[in-house]
Amino acid sequence: MLSPTILIPAILNGLLTGAVYALVALGLTLIYGVLHIINFAHGALLSAALFAAFFAYRLLGLDPYLAVFLLAPLFFALGYALQRFIIGPASRGDDRNMLLVTLGIAVVIENALLYAFRADTRTINVPYAFETINFGFTFLAVPRVVGFVAVFLVALALWLIMTFTDMGRAIRAVAKEKVGAELVGIDVAHVYAMTFGLGSACVAVAACLLIPTYYVNPGVGNAFVLVAFTIVVLGGMGSVPGALVGALLIGVVESISGLFLGESLGQIGIFVIFIFVLLVRPSGLFGARP
Amino acid sequence: MAEPLLVVDRVTRRFGGLVAVNSASLSARDGRITALIGPNGAGKTTLFSIISGFVAASEGTVRYAGENISGEPPHRLARRGIARTFQIVQPFAGLSARENILVGAHLHHRARDAALAAAEEVGRQVGLSDVLDRPADTLTVAGRKRLELARALAISPKLLLLDEVLAGLNPSEIRDIVPLIRSLCGRGITIMMIEHVMQAVMSLAEHVFVLAEGRVIAEGAPAQVAADPAVIEAYLGHGAAAKLRASHGH
Amino acid sequence: MKGFAPIAAVFGVLAAVPLVVHSNVTLNFLVVALMIALAGQGWNILGGYGGQYSFGHAAFFGTGAYVTAILQVRYGINAWLAFGAGIASGAALGGIIGSLTFRSGLRGSYFALVTLAFAEVLRIVASVAPITGAGVGTLIHLDLRAQAFQFQSRALFYWVILTLVGVSLVVARLIERSRFGAWLIAVRENEDAAKALGVDARSVKTAAMVISGAITAAAGCFYAQYFLFVDSGIAYGTWMSIEALLTPIIGGVGTVFGPLLGALVVKSLGEGAKLVTGDVPGLDLIVYGAVLVLVIWFTPRGLIGGFAQVGKRLTRRAVPATTSIREAGHG
Repeated sequence: MLSPTILIPAILNGLLTGAVYALVALGLTLIYGVLHIINFAHGALLSAALFAAFFAYRLLGLDPYLAVFLLAPLFFALGYALQRFIIGPASRGDDRNMLLVTLGIAVVIENALLYAFRADTRTINVPYAFETINFGFTFLAVPRVVGFVAVFLVALALWLIMTFTDMGRAIRAVAKEKVGAELVGIDVAHVYAMTFGLGSACVAVAACLLIPTYYVNPGVGNAFVLVAFTIVVLGGMGSVPGALVGALLIGVVESISGLFLGESLGQIGIFVIFIFVLLVRPSGLFGARP
Repeated sequence: MAEPLLVVDRVTRRFGGLVAVNSASLSARDGRITALIGPNGAGKTTLFSIISGFVAASEGTVRYAGENISGEPPHRLARRGIARTFQIVQPFAGLSARENILVGAHLHHRARDAALAAAEEVGRQVGLSDVLDRPADTLTVAGRKRLELARALAISPKLLLLDEVLAGLNPSEIRDIVPLIRSLCGRGITIMMIEHVMQAVMSLAEHVFVLAEGRVIAEGAPAQVAADPAVIEAYLGHGAAAKLRASHGH
Repeated sequence: MKGFAPIAAVFGVLAAVPLVVHSNVTLNFLVVALMIALAGQGWNILGGYGGQYSFGHAAFFGTGAYVTAILQVRYGINAWLAFGAGIASGAALGGIIGSLTFRSGLRGSYFALVTLAFAEVLRIVASVAPITGAGVGTLIHLDLRAQAFQFQSRALFYWVILTLVGVSLVVARLIERSRFGAWLIAVRENEDAAKALGVDARSVKTAAMVISGAITAAAGCFYAQYFLFVDSGIAYGTWMSIEALLTPIIGGVGTVFGPLLGALVVKSLGEGAKLVTGDVPGLDLIVYGAVLVLVIWFTPRGLIGGFAQVGKRLTRRAVPATTSIREAGHG
């Protein structure tokens, strides 16, 4: 089982999977870095975005790679509104309350999807879903390669926003020193909401990249988000490069342990790493001590 | 003469590249009040955190009652008799003043009734009898300072570390609380206080250590230290001592 | 013993219910509500009094359920002994998770995450391990004898769960009035200040988790005996983690009766929602999620906290408005 012909494609596929994990994790780590809470609604938003992408295809005939330009702004607005009008006012800045409120929202969204669309699994069929690209020594699925490239583009876009725009600077200021930022006149509630919006937009992009090769049901988001939590903690809460590196690492680990242990136990590998990191080095690879 | 109750021996603490405390040595006079003064950022609170077990020293030792206590956790030191107050008061906000003091009283009183009685007594000593049943977060600043003091006293300490207990109080409140602090010495408690309010330092402390940029730059009786040029420079800046002397000559 | 009078009163009233109510549907509803109340009281000890919010309490519920079921089905152990073993394993698990996580000093988001992860790991293991019956689950054989801890009459089950709930109420009250409780609450309010007063925060939190685990596990053991079937989704699924935290928060965190009140309210809301729109999956949880957000928003101290606030406002009006500033600020 350790022969290169099996191992190398497993690693490469792990990297491709990791890239999409990265996109989900990026949004989560961004939100943590600024608001200092784990957004428990992240998974539910991913499920909702997957359904949105699904219906965009079925009802509007929009190819997922085009739907992204509709759904990203839509989910940005949704995330903004959630933070500005529900999470912020409801939790009044208390960390524990924020955890509970995001949990409550997660439960509502997920079960609303369950209630409206039942638990049946749906998929879409795009013509390029099964096409592959020949990389010489192995074939890789087109949608997954596109996903890999797209993730780095999104990460680049985020970096550009953070570094060169006023909003990006404001976000970084609030992340570093909230009270100081308030004192210089930054509208912290607005910044929080913008951050949440950006995180939700990342999730929408991830959904559009996933849907050609993945299935849709109300529980999918949860499965992804637990992995995203692991990545965020591994890479260091709030660290964008950490999320990227952590995601690729986790993707590869999952792929390889799946080889040896089978699908479901492969998932355990991730959680065991998760618990181990939390107990031994909660600051992760790149993060600051909690 | 026996070793003082508290001896800090060449303690250094580094945070990455920053040296917060630099080979500081000091000691507390048993049953008396020793003051620790110095400009902001000098490392005074860090030193208290080291003595009370919240922060570990990078080098050096802390000895209490003759034993090396470096590295022991805060709750163990509290049981040995070291109490501290916090610079930014930290009441148990959701609880009443009485319940706050009760937590401390429970250290040496297992049964609730005995602990409640002890808490009531400490509350009376500190002057909070009238407000014991009010929620801690509704007390005035002066009330909260007294509560902070009461909680620390409730654990029957032998060494009391007061971190800027007078900060934020107006002159009449300071006038009211100084005799209370002085009375604690009468009960044999050794006190070390970080303070910026000079009038209190002058009237309360027998011995003063001056910390600047992590180093002990002077020590002695209050009046002596106040006239020390190095101390004046630490507070007012380079060349200030000479300027002051020059202006006095005119 | 005046602090226990309310508990005795509530217990007495509830104990009389099966004498008046004979409908199996209603009794079943109450049994389930009491079971959730028990699970919630477990969470309340750690989260309400201790301030450590666990998002994975299903770990204890499921362990209690599986241990009870497996010991009977695979090892032929007496049902009552198996029940006790289930509670003990919940306590042991609490000790293990507690000492691991609190040694690392995990709090807040991190603590919530790690508890969630433990529950998930257990769920995945249970879904594939042969001893739990893997995907098929574990079925306890119907054996309607008291020795097998199964009863023909629903009322008997009701009294069993009511007794367990009663015990948990007494435990909460005892904690409230003990040194352990004072220390636990201090750790919740401000861990550093508590440490400075001699509180061994790590041991206190771990002990709270042991008690918490035992109580929630008891709810799981009861589930196994009442429904006679356990699988990984039932045992360790997120539904229980959510209900275990929802009931104390809605009823009132850190209070003796909070989880009981919360469970009755939550379950009634769930039933009400089903009556209105039919038995569609997901609807009751939508209601729960919405109620959670609303409670945190408007009455973060739950229903009991809300009543207390209203009570305070009513009595405050009786004080004359002419209290001078100096008097008001004294102390």
